[in-house]
Amino acid sequence: MTTIRLKELRKSFGNFDVIKGVNLEINPCEFMVFVGPSGCGKSTLLRLISGLEDITSGTLSFDDKVVNSLTPSQRGIAMVFQSYALYPHMTVYDNMAFGLKLAKGGADEIRKRVNEAAEMLQITEYLDRLPKQLSGGQRQRVAIGRAIVRDPKVFLFDEPLSNLDAALRVATRLEIAKLHAKMHETTMIYVTHDQVEAMTLADRICVLRDGNVEQVGTPLELYEKPQSTFVAGFIGSPKMNFLTGKFAEAYKADTLGVRPEHLQIVEKAGRWQGKLLLSENLGSESYLYIDIGAQEPLVVRQDGTARHQPGEALHVSPINDNVHRFDKAGKPA
Amino acid sequence: MPALVKQTAFYALVAIIVLFSVFPFYYAIITSFKTGNSLFTISYLPTSFSLANYVSVIEAGSFTRNLLNSVIVSSLVVMLSLLIAITASFALARVRFRGRSLLLLTILSVSMFPQIAVLAGLFEVIRLLGLYNTLWGLIFSYTIFTLPFTVWVLTTFMRDLPVEIEEAAIVDGATPWVIITKVFLPLMWPAMVTTGLLAFIAAWNEFLFALTFTSSTETRTVPVIIALLTGNSAHEVPWGAIMAASVIVTVPLVVLVLIFQRKIISGLTAGGVKG
Ligand SMILES: Nc1ncnc2c1ncn2[C@@H]1O[C@H](COP(=O)(O)OP(=O)(O)OP(=O)(O)O)[C@@H](O)[C@H]1O
Ligand SMILES: [Mg+2]
Repeated sequence: MTTIRLKELRKSFGNFDVIKGVNLEINPCEFMVFVGPSGCGKSTLLRLISGLEDITSGTLSFDDKVVNSLTPSQRGIAMVFQSYALYPHMTVYDNMAFGLKLAKGGADEIRKRVNEAAEMLQITEYLDRLPKQLSGGQRQRVAIGRAIVRDPKVFLFDEPLSNLDAALRVATRLEIAKLHAKMHETTMIYVTHDQVEAMTLADRICVLRDGNVEQVGTPLELYEKPQSTFVAGFIGSPKMNFLTGKFAEAYKADTLGVRPEHLQIVEKAGRWQGKLLLSENLGSESYLYIDIGAQEPLVVRQDGTARHQPGEALHVSPINDNVHRFDKAGKPA
Repeated sequence: MPALVKQTAFYALVAIIVLFSVFPFYYAIITSFKTGNSLFTISYLPTSFSLANYVSVIEAGSFTRNLLNSVIVSSLVVMLSLLIAITASFALARVRFRGRSLLLLTILSVSMFPQIAVLAGLFEVIRLLGLYNTLWGLIFSYTIFTLPFTVWVLTTFMRDLPVEIEEAAIVDGATPWVIITKVFLPLMWPAMVTTGLLAFIAAWNEFLFALTFTSSTETRTVPVIIALLTGNSAHEVPWGAIMAASVIVTVPLVVLVLIFQRKIISGLTAGGVKG
């Protein structure tokens, strides 16, 4: 049950400002996801919260208590790293028990907590193995287990799934979602640049751009009411189509955004028309790339397999006029 | 058949190298088993077998005492220099501070000075500290000479250990001392064994300091004692005894290397550093 407050938080490496005054409040027990392009400072912000990196200026507080100068263990955080970071020379059991032993927990208590966590993550049968005898997914579960046993107030993840293959990523993502449901007293912060992870796991998402907070909101808020072209382009897959010039003027905007899933092919008298350049079939859905004379082809999502051939002339219309209008500065118009 | 030629040449080269490095030791062994006049006839195969030389070396004077001195000095040098080096290398590899690389270069440059250049100065220091003619004088000076290399190697090695492992330990509440002893040390065995072994060998074989900083037979180490071995008359060089003593002195090193070679190789092949 920890509220985390970031007030004008800044971080520079030498003269290089990485985090440029972040204000953010993370609610108790919330699952907050940081997303943003590579190098925007997600990891750095997470490390400032963890205490692994010194805060240059601003205040960080947990439950109204300023924790700027506390060590990670004093802050009561636990962290799962992208590269697992297990202790290679210790068995799975010892990996998980290490922190508890340092905290001088009783032997019985330690065994109980490690066994509980191992059971929860289904790694009980590997407790005697060394990390190198485990697969990537098992290692990551051990790393999560190591964090769980410490019963942290704040649980931090830095791209925990990005070293796993696609199938395993989905499975582990579900694991983490379950974990969040079980550890309902724990505030979680999760860094990723995979927006499916962000959309599915998050209570709220914080989009970072170049060391600043671009927008904070629930996944649906970000999807439905992006406060900038940046967020609009970042959330959603495939990416939102952006149209400028005469296409946007028709809607009295400088930039017009339409999501591929909000476009449909119509028989005639569509809002736009053009030639089909190519189509991508994924089986369950397909994407049509249509050249309507804009800078980039318009992407249209269709259910099922595409029924059109390249070269075909098609009419396209936004469904229910579901479009996003942005002004010159990229803000909603 | 170029492949065959290549292979033959390769093994011929290996044979030559082995011969060159092993022959002196082999010759010392077969000589140490000879007595009397046969010492002065050259033969490449064992001709006689007698332990008389060994008995005379061990019984005569203070050889066992000197052997013990060598063991004490070398072991303490290894322990002391590894302890200092591992803590120093943690700082040099992992703690960001001003002038770190300059310090590292300075440490390395210390090892550029030849022993003879610092002999007089070091002698004064040792006298000043009251360590003259004690084993501590030798331990002190050897440690100084081993440290640059040890620190350098361990620093390089520690730099390559993944930062995340250290950070995970910090999150787990580990202090720097706990990180060094419980997390890094077990990962650094290969480097520790290698540098420790080299430090041991260097201390074990060292001659110049041992000769200069000690004066009484009881504080001498083995290399000096062997050099100072005398026969019954001034003109007789006791080759048999010298060879026997040399073999006795070399055997522990060979054993150590054989024991730890396993460890070095197993440490390297384990490759367990990556999570
Ligand atoms: N120790 C450091 N010293 C100097 N610059 C750093 C350091 N750590 C990070 N940076 C810089 O800070 C910026 C933000 O880095 P950060 O790792 O937070 O990015 P990120 O958003 O996590 O990116 P990614 O998605 O690629 O992990 C980058 O430009 C990086 O080069
Ligand atoms: Mg990152």
